[in-house]
This record gives sequence, structure tokens and C-alpha cells, in this order.
Amino acid sequence: MTRKLLQLAVLIGSVTATGWLLADNHKHGESKSLPPVSNAKWKTECSSCHTLYHPGLLPERSWRKMMSGLDQHFGENASLDPVTQKEIMEFLVANSADHATNRRSAKISQSIPAQSTPLRISETPWFVQKHDKVSTDVWKRPKIGSPANCTACHEGAEQGNFSESRIKIPR
Amino acid sequence: MNKMINSLALILLLAGTNAYAAAPIEVLNDYAATARKENSAFKEFSAQRGEALYHAERIHSKGTKASCSGCHTGNPKNPGQTRAHKQIEPMAPSTNPQRLTDPAKVEKWFSRNCQDVLERTCTAQEKGDFIAYLLSIK
Ligand code: HEC
Ligand code: HEC
Ligand code: HEC
Repeated sequence: MTRKLLQLAVLIGSVTATGWLLADNHKHGESKSLPPVSNAKWKTECSSCHTLYHPGLLPERSWRKMMSGLDQHFGENASLDPVTQKEIMEFLVANSADHATNRRSAKISQSIPAQSTPLRISETPWFVQKHDKVSTDVWKRPKIGSPANCTACHEGAEQGNFSESRIKIPR
Repeated sequence: MNKMINSLALILLLAGTNAYAAAPIEVLNDYAATARKENSAFKEFSAQRGEALYHAERIHSKGTKASCSGCHTGNPKNPGQTRAHKQIEPMAPSTNPQRLTDPAKVEKWFSRNCQDVLERTCTAQEKGDFIAYLLSIK
């Protein structure tokens, strides 16, 4: 009986400790998950055509360039009224890869040469390296379509969660 | 008192997120008013003309095929797909009651999609015809 109780106490203790460690990790930017962010306009306007891409996946200069050319956005017209456009751009910049303090964003930022301003996450050296095991015909599967379709394989993509346990590649 | 403030805040929040929720028929009536301004000979909207617009395929100046049905599929009751491979909920309000209830959203997408497909803006007549067609689908 006392042994059982003791075990339980140890278990509870270790669970709470792990919780603290995880929480602590997050605070100090050691976590691999991107931090939770939210902005209602960003959510509505930037998720109607594709995955809602976390701002921590591209550096400030990329978001600025993208947001000033929405009328010709990857061959599509994604233009917004000036007020909405400004609000979303400020939100993206504030949470961009070079302003965020998490490890993943820092790696993305470091992988991009200073003189280049990529508009695609899927063309950053970081992305290419992380996905070098995914073959070209997999990207072209009907349920995937292109590397830009993060949510097809990472169900937690819109929450900034790309952990390996949550990867499922559709057939 | 606190409770009252809370519910007041909630009401304001709800009102804020759904700035102006309208019935599709009100959205249609707004386009009728604009159509009358654009063309004094305006009579009424036609679901048949709207259907033709929905399905019409043209060749874009880029050389690609372009049509509303290209993304929204041949049947407005079916889910469509964007070029970035995301599902688009069905367009017919009979299957998707969210459709045509937010005038600003409707106008935003007409602006984008008419430009995308027809390489020009749509007239209020065309927008109303298109909506009349979607409303005629049971
Ligand atoms: C009208 C449709 C539409 C809207 C609205 C839209 N996009 Fe896009 N976006 C696209 C298309 C199409 C692509 C290219 C997708 C592909 O290659 O599969 C794209 C690609 C992207 C990419 C690059 C993805 C990659 O390959 O890594 C980013 C980043 C992006 N969009 C951000 C945004 C942001 C931010 C907003 C909101 C301000 C937005 N988009 C709104 C259509 C849209
Ligand atoms: C075809 C499915 C597929 C798509 C689409 C896809 N990924 Fe991945 N992703 C994978 C696979 C598989 C891995 C694991 C690779 C490995 O472990 O070798 C991975 C790994 C990752 C990792 C690293 C996870 C870790 O813990 O090391 C990140 C981050 C990531 N993807 C982000 C993205 C983003 C952002 C997008 C969209 C712009 C995207 N992925 C689109 C399949 C995909
Ligand atoms: C490139 C893909 C694409 C094409 C082509 C396209 N649409 Fe759309 N359309 C969309 C997307 C994406 C939405 C937003 C869907 C959502 O928010 O659920 C949309 C939404 C709409 C809406 C708003 C409906 C509502 O109340 O939510 C209207 C109206 C509309 N489209 C009309 C048209 C017309 C008219 C054409 C042809 C001239 C057309 N579309 C062609 C992708 C397209």
C-alpha cells in the first residue's frame, strides 16, 4: 500500500516536473513548436486559399515584400483594403522568423542568405533540407498537390506544430 | 453589475465579428439597386444567365483555361478546390448556409474572381445573375 502510494507520488511528481520543464523550455525559446499567435484578420484573409502559414516561418523582409504585392500573389489576386493590409503586415512582421525567439524560427532565419528575400517558405534552404527525403511524385499526389500544402501532411501546421508524431503523408 | 458588463462585452464582440450578417436575398436586393444605377433599362436578374456565367470557359491572356467552375466545380453543391489545393466549401446556400450572408465578403470575392477569370470587373447585373443562379439551386 505505502509502496503504491509512493509510486503514485513519484509519478505525479515527475509529470508535474516535465510540465514545468516544458513550460520553461517554451518561455526561454528552447521549444521546437512555434509560439501560439493570433490575429483575426490574418486568420480570415490568409487562410481562404491555403494553409494559414505561421509568421515565424519567414523573415520580416519576406513578409514586407509579399504584403506589398498582394495583387499579384503567386499568380493570384489576393489584394486587401489598405487598413486590413497594414494590420496584417504589422502582425506578420512582429512575429516573423527574425523577431521570434524560438529555435525553429532562428534556424529558418539563419538558413536564408542575407541578400535573398524568399517569398516561399517551401524554397528556403531550411525547408528543402528538412524535406529532402520527400520525393517529387509524393508532392504531386492529388491530396497534396505542392509543398505549400503543409496541412496535407502536418495536421498541426496552422498551430505551428510540425512534430514528427503528427506527420501523416496521404496516399 | 459585473455580469452585465460581461454580457455586454460578449454582445459587442459578437456584433463586431459579424459586422453585418444579411440574408442572401438582401444581398441580391442591394445588387438590384446598384444595377438600376448602372443601367436605367435594368429589369431583373436571371438565374439562367447566372448559370451560363458560372460554367462559361474562356482562354485567359496567360493562355490557360479560366472559369468560375474551375475552382467551384461544375456543381455548386459540391466542394471545390483552390489553386493552392485547399478545399472550398460548396457555393449553393442550400448546401452551405454561410454563403452570400456577408455583403463585404461577397463583394471582395467578386472583385478578385471576376478579375481572375474575366480579366475585368463584373457588372452588378452579372453579380446578381450569378447569385440568382446559386439561390435557384435546391
Ligand atoms: C486568392 C487566394 C490567396 C489568398 C487570399 C492568399 N494566398 Fe497565399 N498563395 C496563394 C497561392 C495560389 C499560392 C501558391 C501555392 C502553391 O504553390 O501551391 C500562395 C502561396 C503563399 C505562400 C508561399 C507558400 C510556400 O510555397 O511556401 C505564402 C507564404 C503565402 N501564400 C502567404 C499568404 C498570406 C500572408 C496571405 C494573406 C495576406 C495569403 N497568402 C493570401 C493564394 C492566396
Ligand atoms: C508531403 C507531405 C509534407 C508536406 C506537404 C510538408 N511536409 Fe514538412 N515534413 C514532412 C515529412 C515526411 C517530414 C519529416 C522528414 C524527416 O524526418 O526526414 C517533415 C518535416 C518537417 C519539419 C521538421 C520537423 C522536425 O521536428 O524536425 C518542419 C518544421 C516541417 N516539415 C514544416 C513544413 C511546412 C512549413 C510545410 C508547408 C510549407 C510542410 N512542412 C509541408 C512532410 C511534409
Ligand atoms: C482560383 C479559384 C477561384 C475561381 C476561378 C473562382 N473563385 Fe470564387 N471563390 C474562391 C475562393 C477561394 C473563395 C472563398 C471561399 C470561402 O471563403 O469559403 C471564393 C468565393 C466566392 C464568392 C463568395 C461567396 C460567399 O458568400 O462566401 C463568390 C460570390 C464567388 N467566389 C464568385 C465567383 C465567380 C463569379 C467566379 C467566376 C467569375 C469565381 N468565383 C471564380 C475561388 C475561386
